[in-house]
Amino acid sequence: MRPTKILLTAALLASVAFGPGALAQDYDPGATIRIGSLYEPQNLDNTAGAGQGINEAFNGNVYEGLFTLTDAGSVEPVLVEDYAVSEDGLTYTFTLREGVTFHSGEPLTSADVKYSIERVTAEDSRSSRKRSLSTITGIETPDERTVVITLSARSISLPYNLSYVWIVNDAAGDITSAEDGTGPYTLDEWRRGSALALTRFDDYWGEAPTNGAVLFQYFTDATALNNALLTNAVDIVTSVQSPDSLAQFAGNPQFTVTEGASTTKELLAYNDRVAPFDNVQVRKALARATDKARLLNSIWGEYGTLIGSFVPPTDPWYVDLTGVDPYDPESARELLAEAGYPDGFEFTLDTPDYDPHPIVAQFLQSEYAKIGVTVNINIITANEWYTKIYQEHNFEATLQEHVNHRDIVFYGNPDFYWGYNNPEVVQLIADSEAASSEEEQTEKLTEANRIIAEDAASNWLYLYPQIVVSAANVTGYPVNGLNSQFFAYDIQKSN
Amino acid sequence: MNHRRRKGRWFRSNVGAMILGVLSEATVILAYTLRRTAILLVSLLIAATVLFVLLRLLPGDPANALLGVGATQEQIAAARAQVGSDQPLSVQFVSFLGNIARLDLGTSFVSRAPVLAEIGNRMAVTLPLTLIGFALALLFAIPLGIIAAVRSDRWYGAAISVVSQLGIAIPVFWVGILLVWVFAINLRWLPSGGFPLRGWSSWQEAATGMVLPALTIGLVMGASLLRYVRAATLDVLGSDFLRTARALGSSFPEALFRHGIRNGAVPVVSILGIELASTFLGAVVIERVFSLPGLGSMLLLAIQQRDYPNVQGVLFVSTLLVLLIGFAADIAQRLIDPRLRGRVQP
Repeated sequence: MRPTKILLTAALLASVAFGPGALAQDYDPGATIRIGSLYEPQNLDNTAGAGQGINEAFNGNVYEGLFTLTDAGSVEPVLVEDYAVSEDGLTYTFTLREGVTFHSGEPLTSADVKYSIERVTAEDSRSSRKRSLSTITGIETPDERTVVITLSARSISLPYNLSYVWIVNDAAGDITSAEDGTGPYTLDEWRRGSALALTRFDDYWGEAPTNGAVLFQYFTDATALNNALLTNAVDIVTSVQSPDSLAQFAGNPQFTVTEGASTTKELLAYNDRVAPFDNVQVRKALARATDKARLLNSIWGEYGTLIGSFVPPTDPWYVDLTGVDPYDPESARELLAEAGYPDGFEFTLDTPDYDPHPIVAQFLQSEYAKIGVTVNINIITANEWYTKIYQEHNFEATLQEHVNHRDIVFYGNPDFYWGYNNPEVVQLIADSEAASSEEEQTEKLTEANRIIAEDAASNWLYLYPQIVVSAANVTGYPVNGLNSQFFAYDIQKSN
Repeated sequence: MNHRRRKGRWFRSNVGAMILGVLSEATVILAYTLRRTAILLVSLLIAATVLFVLLRLLPGDPANALLGVGATQEQIAAARAQVGSDQPLSVQFVSFLGNIARLDLGTSFVSRAPVLAEIGNRMAVTLPLTLIGFALALLFAIPLGIIAAVRSDRWYGAAISVVSQLGIAIPVFWVGILLVWVFAINLRWLPSGGFPLRGWSSWQEAATGMVLPALTIGLVMGASLLRYVRAATLDVLGSDFLRTARALGSSFPEALFRHGIRNGAVPVVSILGIELASTFLGAVVIERVFSLPGLGSMLLLAIQQRDYPNVQGVLFVSTLLVLLIGFAADIAQRLIDPRLRGRVQP
């Protein structure tokens, strides 16, 4: 456990001890919380390719879902008061919370819920959750407060997937530059390239926020963002992208540095369809030839976490698998020889041209040279990556960061870009979705997780840290930022 | 004083001829302006073509910008149809030129906002920044450049030249970082960057935010401009007409201001055109250092996100501005120096 982890625990304890209602005068209830971020939303509609910035600014703050994914990683009801699942698992009946109004003043009804789900599953929707909601075959609204969803197949993740669906007023129309949600804040003003301001919504159905307003200030340059925090132009930086700048905050009592759990994984993805990567021994050899601890340290210093598979600790099916293929160049050489490559081989590593991939590629190049494997680094743009690798599967190996929560399901799709195809895993992942309980789902996915690790399906290099830095007088912010969310309603600022 | 009296007599006795002369000069300027406009339009067409070709040479399909990880074949096809990248290049080119001629720069792939309107919003930052920065550069460069030339034999004349060389050697973003470190982080006099939420409606906040970036541009551009002013002044100082004016009895400052500035201005104006254009491009770089929501940050973001309509729009409008500045500088030169009229030098 590193010092930052202790700090995190301390911060959590502090927020419990001095949380809302403990000492009313501890903080300024009318304060504006200024949040500095590098992720400006591109528009205000999460089904229109607005990017992760819109989740950060709007999820839980401006819009709410039927359910929410909490910062700790659990799924809890928000706009749903109660729900029932039929015996066969194909019919969900939701009862909506009473007394909820949209910012426009209209009450929440079942028609709004139907409209909101259909917005996500619509033909032109670009929501990342569109596919996971594709089992929905019908949405009925027998009365104002009841929504009945029917499915074509069991879907244990339905509440989780619904946590990504904003409930929008069905009369809202185009929401790429306006909003009409039910959350504790309303949109005050948005200036593209600069800032987005939220103010407290006085008719909010739930507990009122512990601050009066939130201002998201957007930066394109991490140094400029850090300068803003140093000069007290912002109160919080949502996600620090490089450890270099942390030194100026870490030892300074005016600031608090917290490290939470991220879901962003850096990986060396092989094309498992092509030789030599269709050979599990070759994949295991490369995993064992990678000194991941040294790699992580050279990129993130003392931050970040080593992972033995694709699953981060915040997913319920996490188990520590770092021991499956530990760093061991000697056994890597033996495995290569057994696989029929005693003198090594040569491959091309398609490397996206932005950080940290080029540095990681160079590191791997020198690591693998030690076991006789020659890496040819081919730098490509993000657009090329998408065409060449994601669409055409025309590659040998590539580097990529995967940001999503609960995305082990990608290994259950043999058509995915990395082409991992183990029928057992495909079956487990399909079965997990049809599970009748969360325990059963967790059990199946834990098993799938173990198998992909044994198969060394990809080379999971490390998990990014999620680092938040704030002024010392600001507390109560989320530390994990799962799904890029940044709930602002519990943030307190003292004078 | 003799030469002035002679000029005065000419003035009185030739009013009629002069009016004719002014008219014919006006026609000459007008004719020049028309020819220069034709050149401007041709340059614009060439620039648009180059822009079109360069953007299509980039690897990858523009339609990818519309898609996320997980897109199906049907979605990819739909995106290509929406973007027009499924059409033959010649068809794309003709519709591109047609749109530009109608000043229809399209809609951003990513923000779904009209490109032209967004460029307008960003200009509210970049244009004042460029103009204030340029004004500061002139404010440094003209007096200091003249002093450096006239007093090149004194220590401070030489010192100005040396310091301006230093100013040219330093990259603009580095000056910005240095100024932030001194005035924002250590002295806390000015903000380290950013632009207020309500823009120029909070004009005091907006103006204080402009100080450091404009000063950065002013210092760096001023340094390079200073060299031209100095060189032009030195040329004028060694010229025959200045010697003649002095011989005819003008004092040195009188001769310098009456004849020297007008003569020295001709080369400086053509340089000013180029420098104003590069100030504009410098503003684009400096916006990133100061997190200003101008054209530069729009361009960088658009490139990162493969937002082709925005990239195309910003590059086209920037090219247009640079060409217009060159156009204005050429016309201004002809207004200042009658000897150049009738000659077209694109």
